Amino acid sequence: MHRRPACSGTWKCSVVTDFRELSDRLCARLPAGEVLLLNCQGEDSDFVRLNQNKIRQAGHVRQQTLTLNLIHNHRETAASLPLSGDFDTDLARAQGLLVRLREQLPLLPEDPYLNYATEVRNSVHHGDNALPEPGAALEQLIAAAQGLDLAGLWASGEMSRGFANSLGQFNWHSSHSFNLDWSLYREDDRAVKQNYAGFAWDGDFLAQKIALARETLELLGRKPKQLEPGKYRVFLSPGALGELMDMISWGGFGLKSHRTTQTPLLGMVREGRTLHEDVTLTENHAAGLTPGFTRAGFIKPPSVELIKQGVYRDCLADRRSAKEYGAGVNCATESPQSLEIGGGRLHQNDVFTALDTGLYISNLWYCNFSDRNHCRITGMTRFACLWVERGVAVAPVNVMRFDESIYHILGDRLEALTREHEHILDSSSYEWRSDASARLPGALVNDFTFTL
Amino acid sequence: MPSHWRTIIDDFKAVVPAVDFWSLRLVLDETETLSVREDVVEPPSLAQSRGAHITLADGAGMAYAATSALTREGLRAACAQALQWLAASRRHALFDAGRVPRPPRSGSYSSSVVTPWESSGLGEKLELLRDINRRLAIGDAIVDRQAHLTRRQTGITLLTSDEVRIDQQFHYIIPGYAAVANRGAQTQLRSGGGWGTARQGGLEQLAAFNFPDSARQVAEEAVALVDAPECPNTRADVLLMPSQMMLQIHESIGHPLELDRILGDERNYAGASFVTPDMFGNYRYGSELLNVTFDPGIPEEMASYSFDDDGTPAERQYLIRDGILLRPLGGALSQARAGMSGVANARASDWNRPAIDRMANLNLEPGLDSLETLIGSIEHGVLMETNRSWSIDDSRNKFQFGCELGRLIENGELRGLVRNPNYRGISATFWRNLAAVGDAGTVEVWGTPNCGKGEPNQMIQVGHASPACVFRDVEVFGGD
Repeated sequence: MHRRPACSGTWKCSVVTDFRELSDRLCARLPAGEVLLLNCQGEDSDFVRLNQNKIRQAGHVRQQTLTLNLIHNHRETAASLPLSGDFDTDLARAQGLLVRLREQLPLLPEDPYLNYATEVRNSVHHGDNALPEPGAALEQLIAAAQGLDLAGLWASGEMSRGFANSLGQFNWHSSHSFNLDWSLYREDDRAVKQNYAGFAWDGDFLAQKIALARETLELLGRKPKQLEPGKYRVFLSPGALGELMDMISWGGFGLKSHRTTQTPLLGMVREGRTLHEDVTLTENHAAGLTPGFTRAGFIKPPSVELIKQGVYRDCLADRRSAKEYGAGVNCATESPQSLEIGGGRLHQNDVFTALDTGLYISNLWYCNFSDRNHCRITGMTRFACLWVERGVAVAPVNVMRFDESIYHILGDRLEALTREHEHILDSSSYEWRSDASARLPGALVNDFTFTL
Repeated sequence: MPSHWRTIIDDFKAVVPAVDFWSLRLVLDETETLSVREDVVEPPSLAQSRGAHITLADGAGMAYAATSALTREGLRAACAQALQWLAASRRHALFDAGRVPRPPRSGSYSSSVVTPWESSGLGEKLELLRDINRRLAIGDAIVDRQAHLTRRQTGITLLTSDEVRIDQQFHYIIPGYAAVANRGAQTQLRSGGGWGTARQGGLEQLAAFNFPDSARQVAEEAVALVDAPECPNTRADVLLMPSQMMLQIHESIGHPLELDRILGDERNYAGASFVTPDMFGNYRYGSELLNVTFDPGIPEEMASYSFDDDGTPAERQYLIRDGILLRPLGGALSQARAGMSGVANARASDWNRPAIDRMANLNLEPGLDSLETLIGSIEHGVLMETNRSWSIDDSRNKFQFGCELGRLIENGELRGLVRNPNYRGISATFWRNLAAVGDAGTVEVWGTPNCGKGEPNQMIQVGHASPACVFRDVEVFGGD
């Protein structure tokens, strides 16, 4: 079984201590008038990639980065460096970078949008480590999927974020999580996509999920139905709706994108367009997995109401937009990281009955805007999308391209949202493992347009 | 190789366990970004990355560990992590790691830089970006404008237990600017100056992007697009300029030819491929005008190098010749698994990720027609420039792409602008409708620094050089 070496544990214990000590030492030497913001980001993760239920690539990544923002005389400049784990080396490198930054500042004009927290608000959150031994969890996965063609990724470990500034503020947030994301293939592109992510592992739960998938794989063995382009009644699973939300989140809710008319929801703010009255979108910071502080030391509000009962409400404002447009800072980044859509009236057990005859869309893929001004999105169906007749799934469906506006999907063609939510933990890992998440219902939609 | 690498290498050799094979990839990366938006200088940023990627292979197993802790203890801990995964890998190996070819020889590479980043100071560069901002400010319809200039330099040293040592030094320039125009609920963004792409080299590369000279034209086109009619919904010929060809090549030739996709590694994330191993050597991918090469030897193109990150020497190869599919994009490991010849394209985005099959430089070779001849050959069509929307299925077949700017072509002559130009098709048939390929005078070197793939995810730079091309009978459409 996989066991961590003792020195790794020692390193993890020292991360928060070293960051605090580094911050204190660097801030203590600042000349009068300078302000220093420090951000620390760390990760100690295992990654195991699988194909054909065997190991394709297995490994471990340990990385830690320190970012310094030096502010003086209404000017700001920033630099980041990797931390080696050797305190003296890291301190010397950080001091060397500060010298470079200090030389840059006089060459910069005053920054009218300079904005950082000046009210000291400390916080420390250390997440419990209830993770399984990654090797043991992997053995359970491979055993549960015996005989199946499984492709996917196990990712687990600790993620940490810290903030400190020369005004005396210190914030820390660490968590231990796993994210197992996999697909079970029957043949060609017919597969069941599944995910199991969280903080405490339950091998029996995993085995049950895979057992359920075996039943769906039987259905995928039937002759696939080829749909002709046209309009169809569909049910979008929470995961499929999540793909659409990812697109809207690309500039949809940021204050800057609104003030510069680049939001794909421009019709809502310029023409008074609305979504269905059952649609309420909230950036629920308090229920998310991201730290409660921003990289400039602001403390996020518990939530931001983006759309209420179909009407656009508030924007997400980061520190620069807040200063530029005279708003309060209410996020670290102007894209939702903890999005929640309020539930509707459709019970999840009644989904197939309510769909009656149409397409159950388990997953969407590779979405993009075909007309941003009208929030029109194109993308593909993927994995186990099923044709349903009179409330019964009868066949898989060959992949189809859709092209449809959110004003229809969540507007005049929305029939119902499910009462229940799914808590989706983002499995992406560009540079670092993501800590974004979303709580989403499923959506029953009429006249959903397929084009190819 | 930086001098302090020597200590790290000595420390690593002191702690690396006895295995059949090991490699150590050391990466030092520094990225400096300058940006001016709406005449306001944004805080400059400097990002340094430094770390080690250790690969251990023993028996049939293989595993890795990556760490920014470059002390002897940090390297020892990383080796211990890799050893533990090596044991699991042996029990559940997808392939026999002992059959994977090892890097054959040492060598080096360095980007060609004529005008170094340091040849002009911070103030001078910021003034250039502010000047671009002023050029973009052509009227009230412009509601946002920005210009940026980024320099990235990456040093990679690869050592192996066979005493192979490869040193490669890369320099990139990443420039660009954009103007956003609006009237009512209609907004259009037009970009230029290299926005969305990059080149190897120094500041001398800016001229190839017409940086900063095209700034005013970019703003004028943004305003003109707001007032332009929608692209018509029709079947027509399309003339794709290199700024869109790069995306067409990337999505519907590059990704489907990646051998790890064909072998199923990417099925849970980026997807598989409509291409199967039996197609190589006989499958007609496109018309006989279609010639596509893997070419790591074009100095200014983003993914030029002498060796990939597994240490395989890189050389130019035809992937598609006269329309016939010949060779996949697969590195040494994938080639061993598939029993096929490939190219040197095992690449990692940074020290913290393992190498996988990537596109590198994937180019469409020029034909014989001038741009005027291409336009003259079209009775009813649309010219499209600069990709802005991309979507394709997980087998890389059904695609839909959109561009920033379109121009109608009627009876062999360019007509007016149209906005929101989109087109859709199917890879397996689209390339067979390639009707004309522009000559060398129409070739531009593009690419993207943001090609995403892999689990864990990796974003990497790829290059695409292409002439302008004409495709017949394409489904074209505009916005609502």
